[in-house]
This record gives sequence, structure tokens and C-alpha cells, in this order.
Amino acid sequence: MSKSPATREFARRERPISPHLTVYRPPITMTMSIIHRITGGALYFGTLLVALWLMAAASSQATFDWANWAFGTWLGRIILFGYTWALMHHMLGGVRHLIWDTGAGLEKHTASKIAWATLAGSILLTLLIWIAGTMARGA
Amino acid sequence: MSGKNTDMRTPLARVRGLGSAREGTGHFWRQRLTAIANIPLILFFVGFLIALNGADHEHVRAALANPFVALVMALVLISGLTHMRIGMQVIIEDYVHGEGMKLALIALNTFFTIAVGVASIFALLKLAFGG
Ligand code: HEM
Repeated sequence: MSKSPATREFARRERPISPHLTVYRPPITMTMSIIHRITGGALYFGTLLVALWLMAAASSQATFDWANWAFGTWLGRIILFGYTWALMHHMLGGVRHLIWDTGAGLEKHTASKIAWATLAGSILLTLLIWIAGTMARGA
Repeated sequence: MSGKNTDMRTPLARVRGLGSAREGTGHFWRQRLTAIANIPLILFFVGFLIALNGADHEHVRAALANPFVALVMALVLISGLTHMRIGMQVIIEDYVHGEGMKLALIALNTFFTIAVGVASIFALLKLAFGG
């Protein structure tokens, strides 16, 4: 094999193995894609809570009061708050996917902007839902 | 069209486009359809929960027994569960490569979805028909 001097020079140089995991910062689009899958998986198991709530409502007063109490504890609220965020983030991420399916919004910088927007939007919607919920409770 | 002599499919198979698993893009398409349906349905569900936050048992029963609410809640469940079952199957197919394990998990995925769906819809019907 005859290699050009330039190629030989390039091969001799020490090059990083890419992507170098300890210094590699994933692009926001990649992070959001992973989060879309994780939130989808969390929502999957969270449907157990929906089933539990409906079954409690359909059974006795005591069972319903127990479920209400459980959802109202600090642990219950943290789980429900997380579930709200997962749902909102997955929904906005899903809309992003549906837009991509049309072929729009795939340009690198546009995609990054949309990715940040889904994160900001999901946090905003989650807070609004909980504020509205608190107001409904107070009324 | 290139390679008109290299396509091994029959004309009928080419028109149907179902591929070797006979499912074609069915899962992909249903995943998108349920994703679109989920948007208004989930927004309804969230709004419903906000309105009911802190309500007592009698109140919640009455709200769920309303025919319109019961109907939309059934749609929320059917669309959401169909969507998540396909989604989980995609995740399993991506990460699990042993044939036996993959089949077992896909079966488990179906059982889980049906169990959640039957329990929820039974509860809804019981409330709707005044049980
Ligand atoms: C609220 C409206 C929703 C929208 C717009 C939506 C949209 C989507 C889309 C477009 C995908 C495909 C992503 C891809 O191709 O990589 C997806 C995947 C998925 N969704 Fe949803 N979804 C919604 C609600 C839900 C709910 C309520 C659940 C569970 C109860 C769920 C569970 C999943 C799962 C498990 C996946 C597979 C994740 C993956 O393959 O990475 N989704 N969703």
C-alpha cells in the first residue's frame, strides 16, 4: 500500500477516541430524545396510579379516602408532581416528533431551539397545572 | 424504478407493502395516530383532575358518572394504553435481543396493558351505570 506523506503524518498523530465519554457533552436534542423515552416509560408504569384512583372511586368511601390520603402525602405529591412534568414533557416532545415526521424543523439550530423550548414549556405547564390545582382546592 | 428484475416480491405483495412480518408500517402509524389523539384527550384528563382536586368521594363519583366524562375518559384510556403498549414494544425490541426474552417481555407488555385497561374501564362502567 502506498500512502501519501500527508496520510502517514495524520495516522501517526495521537487522536482522541470519539465520542470521548468523560468530556463529551451530548447535544440538547440527544438529551431530550433520551428523556422522551424515559418519560414514556415512567408514564407507562404511572397508569397503575390512574387505575388505582378509578378503582378507588368505584369502590367504598373508605377506600377512596385512603387513596386520597395517599396521593396527598408528601411522597404522593412528589410522585404526582413528577408525573405531571413527565406527561407535559412527553406531550411537547411528542408534538416535536410529529412536526419532525412532516420533515420540518430538522435543521440543526432549529432542532436545538425546539428542544430547549420543550424543556422550558414543560416546566411552565407543570407549574401552571399545580397553581390551577391549588386554586381549585382553595375555592 | 430501478432494478425491476431484482425485486423478489410478487406484484400483490408490493402493492400491500406489508413486509415479511405482515404488519407493514402498522405499528408506526398507529403510534402516530394515538399520539395525535392523546393531545386533546390528555389535556381533558389533566383539566378534569384540576377541577376535581380536593373533591370528596360523592363529588368524584358524580363527576365520573356523567356520560360525557365517562365516554371521554374511556377514550383517554383506550388511546393512551394503545399508544404506550406500542411504545413499550419498540423499547423492548431496541434493547432486548434474546429471542425468548424478547417474546416474554412483549407478552408481559400486553398483559400489563390489558390488566390496567380492564381494571380502569370496569371501574368507569361501574360508576357510569351507578354500581
Ligand atoms: C400526551 C400526548 C402524547 C403524545 C403527543 C405522545 C407522542 C409520542 C410520540 C410521537 C412517540 C414516538 C417517539 C419516537 O418515535 O421516538 C411516543 C412514544 C412513546 N410514548 Fe407517547 N405521547 C403522548 C402520551 C403518552 C402517554 C400518556 C404514555 C403512557 C401512558 C406514552 C408512552 C409512550 C411510550 C412508552 C413511548 C415509547 C418511547 C420510545 O420509543 O422512546 N405516551 N409518544
